[in-house]
Amino acid sequence: MNNGITTPSAQQLNDGKAVAATNKKRGITTDRLLSVLFILPSIILIAIFVYGFIGWTGYVSLSNWNSLVPDLSFAGLKNYVFLFQDFRFQADLRNTLFFTLLFIAIVLILGLLIAVLLDQHIRAESLFRNIFFFPMALSFVVTGVVWQWLFNPSTGVNLFLKKFGLEPMWYTSVTVIPGVEWGKIQFGIPVAILAVVIAAVWQMTGFSVAMYLAGLRGISDELREAARIDGASEFQVYTKIIFPLLMPVTVSVIIIMAHISLKIFDLIYAMTGPGANFVTDVPGVYMFETTFRGNYYANGAAIAIIMLLSVAIFIVPYLISSRKREAS
Amino acid sequence: MNRKWSVILSFLLVFSSALIGCNSSSGQDAKETKLEIFSWWTGAGEEAGLNALLDLFKKKYPDIEVENAAVAGGAGTNAKAVLASRMQGNDPPSTFQVHGGAELNDSWVAAGKMEPLNDLYEKEGWNDKFPKELIELVSKDGKIYSVPVNIHRGNVLWYNKKIFDQNGLQPPKTFEEFFKVAEALKAKGITPLALGDKEPWTATHLFETVLLGSLGPEDYKKLWTGELAFDDPKVKGAVETLKKMLSYANKDHSSRNWQDASQLVAKGEAAMNVMGDWAKGYFTNDLKLKVNQDFGWVPTPGTEGSFMVITDTFGLPKGVKNAEDVKKFLSLLGSVEGQDAFNPLKGSIPARTDADSSKYDEYGKQTMQEFKEAKLTPSLAHGSAAPEGFVTKVNQAVNIFVTQQNVDQFIDSLKAASSELKK
Repeated sequence: MNNGITTPSAQQLNDGKAVAATNKKRGITTDRLLSVLFILPSIILIAIFVYGFIGWTGYVSLSNWNSLVPDLSFAGLKNYVFLFQDFRFQADLRNTLFFTLLFIAIVLILGLLIAVLLDQHIRAESLFRNIFFFPMALSFVVTGVVWQWLFNPSTGVNLFLKKFGLEPMWYTSVTVIPGVEWGKIQFGIPVAILAVVIAAVWQMTGFSVAMYLAGLRGISDELREAARIDGASEFQVYTKIIFPLLMPVTVSVIIIMAHISLKIFDLIYAMTGPGANFVTDVPGVYMFETTFRGNYYANGAAIAIIMLLSVAIFIVPYLISSRKREAS
Repeated sequence: MNRKWSVILSFLLVFSSALIGCNSSSGQDAKETKLEIFSWWTGAGEEAGLNALLDLFKKKYPDIEVENAAVAGGAGTNAKAVLASRMQGNDPPSTFQVHGGAELNDSWVAAGKMEPLNDLYEKEGWNDKFPKELIELVSKDGKIYSVPVNIHRGNVLWYNKKIFDQNGLQPPKTFEEFFKVAEALKAKGITPLALGDKEPWTATHLFETVLLGSLGPEDYKKLWTGELAFDDPKVKGAVETLKKMLSYANKDHSSRNWQDASQLVAKGEAAMNVMGDWAKGYFTNDLKLKVNQDFGWVPTPGTEGSFMVITDTFGLPKGVKNAEDVKKFLSLLGSVEGQDAFNPLKGSIPARTDADSSKYDEYGKQTMQEFKEAKLTPSLAHGSAAPEGFVTKVNQAVNIFVTQQNVDQFIDSLKAASSELKK
């Protein structure tokens, strides 16, 4: 994916230089001037509406603005200290952690598995590809509403499971496994979050299938042939040749899924809400409720900043490494 | 050369027209002559009620342009967020819906964003038309800040009449009776109490009726002024009662909203439900049930003679240019004619005590009578008793309590949150 973006722009740059070189000196300055002029509006807009407001949010998160009347006096880290001692926010961090881990792991494994199966030159491949990709076209809100009813303990899949004597509580369960006391919460995997993970996996697996399939198609047959001639079994061809070559795809999928799951809001909001005892609450939902219902603007801003930092932990190393690769 | 300049020129043109575009969209000349009425009345009955009101207004004042600026979203959560940003950006709507009590007084009035309406009350002679306790709910320091349109009652226990008749049960009036009835129902395999706390305010709603029933109206009101602390033994007793009540609730309560819970009662899967009287509209309009045949109602245990008020009111924000037009609209809202146009459709009762009761159904007539006689108490779950910040914290504490059932921890959270009350 990285290559797909950088190659054309690098080429354009070279073309531009070539054209400029044939022009007189004055032509170069005109081109430069024009290019600066053309990107100026977006630079200004992004500077104000993205980075400016990130800065503003950071500033608000350090203030005392926790009512309808703006109070921008400096409060230090008070809002952050409050959050990390708050039962609900501790639960949010736990839920986000396990949601992200489970969601990404399952999306990767399932996506790779389906992609490998689709890659066996089967019949009606494009039909299957579309079937797996379709849920991606839905909005998370739709997915949330549908799965809310599917996993409603008194209707949905339980009507079927009842026949086998099973009646899981799905997202209404308040059990946390293993539930070790930690801070104010029980630490572990909340059972309720599994229902949300299934819904999210259902929606996003198509994406990793498509990525892996593209990756698989990019591996030349000669490589596989060569491995086979060297005596590799079909299993070894995958584990020793193909999977390592798919590593860049895996990294891309992880980055994209991580930033979706760390910021997730709509799916949870539509499907379960904060949940009993906050077993399905996430920072996004807490941020929305505390800011726009409770009017705790500074607390909300602090949550937003923590979310930004948590995404940055994934994105920044990725950006740095891809820049290095570009440079080399 | 020529090409270069034409490119630069067109670039400047695009950029400046973008700026002009920004400018004209923020120009407010057109907007401010309009009467912009901001509410969250977009549901079936309430939208019809609002439209009836607006039609009445247009008939009286054909030359005033009215804009219905309703923002959809249950209990006004989205509307309140929009309103907050508009008020803070000094772009208030001409008038907006706000629950009487803390939601009005501790936020917009405290922030100095509202105009007092005492002169309008004088002029219209409203001071003895609305109950005194209701006017107090929309006043701060002797100044009146909004006009109540409707009244909903919060402390109502709805029950499935057929279940009660078949089992020879009487609707409970006290907590003791409630638990007796609940035991009897449980023995028959019927869920005694329906609860749907996917949105935690419904559990808070149940909690406030238990508080009112255990403490009585006087002590209940003292909670919000700080005269009665939350670690008082009486409050603890109420929490114990709530805990016991919760043990009779349906197991899947956290997957349901209030309509789903009401539906359990309607279908006979559960026997009782505590909800405000908008549930009556849901029973009669949406589920086509008959008042006093399919379902009945009593005040929640221990709250006979008390009336948990939820009132929608409209006020006059500061800095509105067409203040006179707004006052004309407020006059209509407060008139018998306006209230009787709106309330029968919305399913609420009028805030005035001299409205025409023949326009209301059986439930409405009885409630209007009780409204005149009962002690009025502000609702916590609906923002009348305490500021939104406190309500949010209580909702969180209640959500934890429903699962963990730890009475002491719940009391501690309430006590910690009560520092918000003195703001």
